[in-house]
Amino acid sequence: MRKIFLIIQREYLTRVKKKSFIVMTILGPLLMAAIVIIPIYIATTTNEMKRVAVIDETGFFHEKFNDSDNIKFHYLKTDIRSAKEMFGHGEDYALLYIPRTDVTLPTNAILYAGTQVNINVRSYIRNVMSRRIENLKLEAQLRDLSTDKTKPIHVDDMLRSIKTSVNISTIKIGADGEEEESYPEVSMILALFGAILIYFFIFMFGSQVMRGVIEEKTNRIVEVIISSVKPFQLMMGKIIGVALVGLTQFLLWVVLTFIIIIGVTSTFSTKTISDTTQQQVTYQQHQVLNPGQLITSGQESEKREGVNHVLEAINTINFPVMLGSFLFFFLFGYLMYAALFAAIGGAVDSESDTQQFILPLTAPLILAIVLAQFIIQEPNGTLATWLSMIPFTSPVVMMVRIPFGVPYFEVAISMVLLLLGFLGTTWVAAKIYRTGILMYGKKISYKELWKWLRH
Amino acid sequence: MDLFTASNVTKQYAAHKALERVSISVQEGTIFGLLGPNGAGKTTLIRIINQIIAPDEGELLFQGRKLLPQDVEKIGYLPEERGLYKKMKVGEQALYLAQLKGLSKSEAEKRLMFWFSNFEIIGWWNRKVEELSKGMQQKVQFIVTIIHQPKLLIFDEPFSGFDPINVNLLKEEILSLKESGSTIIFSTHNMASVEELCDHIALIDKAKKVLDGNVKEIKRQFATNTFEIRFNTFEGELRTILPASFEILESAIEDELRIARIRLPREAGPNDLLTQLIPHVTIYSLNEIIPSMNDIFIRVVTEQKADS
Repeated sequence: MRKIFLIIQREYLTRVKKKSFIVMTILGPLLMAAIVIIPIYIATTTNEMKRVAVIDETGFFHEKFNDSDNIKFHYLKTDIRSAKEMFGHGEDYALLYIPRTDVTLPTNAILYAGTQVNINVRSYIRNVMSRRIENLKLEAQLRDLSTDKTKPIHVDDMLRSIKTSVNISTIKIGADGEEEESYPEVSMILALFGAILIYFFIFMFGSQVMRGVIEEKTNRIVEVIISSVKPFQLMMGKIIGVALVGLTQFLLWVVLTFIIIIGVTSTFSTKTISDTTQQQVTYQQHQVLNPGQLITSGQESEKREGVNHVLEAINTINFPVMLGSFLFFFLFGYLMYAALFAAIGGAVDSESDTQQFILPLTAPLILAIVLAQFIIQEPNGTLATWLSMIPFTSPVVMMVRIPFGVPYFEVAISMVLLLLGFLGTTWVAAKIYRTGILMYGKKISYKELWKWLRH
Repeated sequence: MDLFTASNVTKQYAAHKALERVSISVQEGTIFGLLGPNGAGKTTLIRIINQIIAPDEGELLFQGRKLLPQDVEKIGYLPEERGLYKKMKVGEQALYLAQLKGLSKSEAEKRLMFWFSNFEIIGWWNRKVEELSKGMQQKVQFIVTIIHQPKLLIFDEPFSGFDPINVNLLKEEILSLKESGSTIIFSTHNMASVEELCDHIALIDKAKKVLDGNVKEIKRQFATNTFEIRFNTFEGELRTILPASFEILESAIEDELRIARIRLPREAGPNDLLTQLIPHVTIYSLNEIIPSMNDIFIRVVTEQKADS
């Protein structure tokens, strides 16, 4: 145990001390921050006017949607079916449908659009709706109080009970009138981002393991070491050491990215002040309702608005779940592949011999990342579900699916299968590795590998 | 007492047999030479002793009991294919390898300091291995092999990569290790060093042990009753004054003296040869020709080839 710890320690320290590690640690967060900040920037700079048609079956929102600087609302009197048929022929950007509710106040709406709905529009509608419903609830409570003067007043309870979150689902209407549920941009960005990150990490750290093994073989130090420790200990020590390097890098990235994003967004926020009377009211109201989340609108606060919309959208993602599952799928996806990368490193004599083995090994990963763009369109489809179960593709594909919501039991099955996949590949890899590291100057074929495996 | 014995060790690889029922026993405090042509199975046997690979059959005893996994800490191994991490600092690397052999960090540091100053490489402690000459790297490698004061040392072709001066230094170190009580298994092609260093040898050829024993006894055993005599030149023919059973192998003139190698029949001795010669010539010297390990090696291996 002490020996494997020594190996892990060496593998870890020699790598984090390298210049390339330090450079990557600084460049990564800049890139990630850019990925978050650029959409904010875009959201704050698009000024194209968007027309939104509204069908309000409830009547609660009549004349409540005020035009903003780049959104114009108009109300339709027709029913939803004919509106949908008409949609696409007119100039409307989107169609907002608030279906009738019998007992409760309406908290669901559907937004039809020809393209992916802009975050600004969605967020604006959500704000207007939740504000209106909160007002209605508040009015009802106040009415109760005025009729029953003996009732004690609990301001905190009242405020809590009126707080409303509105759920807006977006549906894409194709040119042929076909409907398809679409997902928020932020989920998509996160999905792709998580998938690419896992893909990239597995590749990068997997090949680090492979290069480490080849280095030991070409340096001829491997036989010296395995006269002190078992080949399996050496292999696992290296794999775990590099995994810790990966985790260190990732955690540094997360921390630094947050620092950069917070830094940038706070410079945005200082620019905002607004004071038309109406906005003042909503401002104060919201300050009371939710002191942490200030919502304002108006020309000066356009930028601020954009930032808020993106941040708000980000807030709807369950970060602990995202981060937790990312860490799991990264770690075990890496472990599974790293063992095979180590086996390749053990089997060959130099890095130039690795190509014939790397391609078949990484084909599932490449396939997964190529298919990611289709899986995003249909994150709960058959293909997506299967690929997120097969251990060779699940780390990437599951990361694509998770931001859209995946049933817990599916995640659990996928995790168990990945764990089994890791044990399986490690068992196979260890057999190839321990034979390979003692073979010098021999070109290895698949036939040869099969022999080692069976031996 | 035997420090290590292997009995009937067999190892089969997919395509060929690497070892077939090989037995050796290594006496404590001696140097044991493991000889054999390339591909004979020496390295396989050495790897089995180091528990890098497991034998298919056979028994391994260390200090009179079964060889255990933790015995690797009592064995020092300098493999034929050896090297160090090129990018790592010398001292750091030596510490790492010493700790892998079970030494504590402080103990490893203390001993390394001693050996580094002994080999006059203390100034290299913080340099990267790739900056060192090949000979220096070999010194570092040697130090980390013996740093944990192993009971049993195994050197596979230790002299390859050393210049003659360092070969001598290494030989002296090996002999002083023997004096301080270490037991050494020593595999080499360098037969001169075998005669110089080894007490016992085993010769392995084509996966089988073909010769085994004390070096002096083996040489005796392979002596062919051949003598080299130097005498003054004379008019007659050497052949005519010797009985037919005395075989003249070589005859030449050097510094106005004739030198001849004569193989005697088994029952004859050097005195018989002298009795035959003295009436005719003046003898200047007579020596028995004892075969070198090199001759024995070649003879045994070619005989094996002829047999098969």
